Amino acid sequence: MIGLTHYLIVSALIFSIGLMGVLRRRNLLMLFFATEVMLNAVNIAFAAISHYYNDLTGQMFAFFIIAIAASEVAVGLGILIVLYKKYGSLDLDDLASMKG
Amino acid sequence: MYEIIAFYLFSALTIGLFLITVMSKNVLYAMTSLAAGMVLISGFFFILGADFLGVVQLIVYVGAVMALYSFAMMFFDATRDIKEKNTNSALIFLLGGLSAVVLVLIFAAPIHSDAIQALYPMHEGVGNAQDVGIVLFTKYLVPFEVAAVMLLVAMIAGIILAGKKMDQSLTEDMAADDEIMTQKDAK
Repeated sequence: MIGLTHYLIVSALIFSIGLMGVLRRRNLLMLFFATEVMLNAVNIAFAAISHYYNDLTGQMFAFFIIAIAASEVAVGLGILIVLYKKYGSLDLDDLASMKG
Repeated sequence: MYEIIAFYLFSALTIGLFLITVMSKNVLYAMTSLAAGMVLISGFFFILGADFLGVVQLIVYVGAVMALYSFAMMFFDATRDIKEKNTNSALIFLLGGLSAVVLVLIFAAPIHSDAIQALYPMHEGVGNAQDVGIVLFTKYLVPFEVAAVMLLVAMIAGIILAGKKMDQSLTEDMAADDEIMTQKDAK
């Protein structure tokens, strides 16, 4: 039978994949994709805990996470377009203006 | 039985698709596999009995967020492979693997579940959407309104950031721009 632990482990693995993407990526658009992966992993954990403890609070938090992710994408993509207009590239190494 | 098959199928496919998202050099491949992974995550929500959350995931993530990404991709060069200078890739894989092991160990530990009590319990015989609606509009009304204001602020910020100088071309291909302008003049 599938228990809570199974879902939490899948969620942890997906979260680690997203974390690896955030550490590894140099392109800003790809960095955004990796953050979406991390947010989705947390949503799975919330829904699983909500199901196995028969509590609606987890689902509520997942709804608010989805709302925050949607607004993050809207503002973030606006900033990406402004950056691309200014520098012509989305590479983090090109965007570094303070070189120590 | 079906739950077990669905769980293992969805988890294997989701992990594979998200690995493609993180590793791929092509923006189009990464975005497509991200969208497919999100559809499968809504499958997890349906298995877990969170029907409304699954539908919201499909509409907001797969519908709105991915459409927004694909529109934004039209500003950038989507067909060209991304050249990334990956310094010290082994260290990153080590750190990612270590964090995965630590998280799995934490979650695999036994849970002292007697101390956990349901704050807003689900009701028998009531649909998930109805239950969610009652809790959302009574106990979580203020966060709901604040989230609505936040979405409005994000919408205005997105329009103002992306809408400036919309008439100027982003591409460096001047010949294509001239061609477009001559076609515009001809009309």
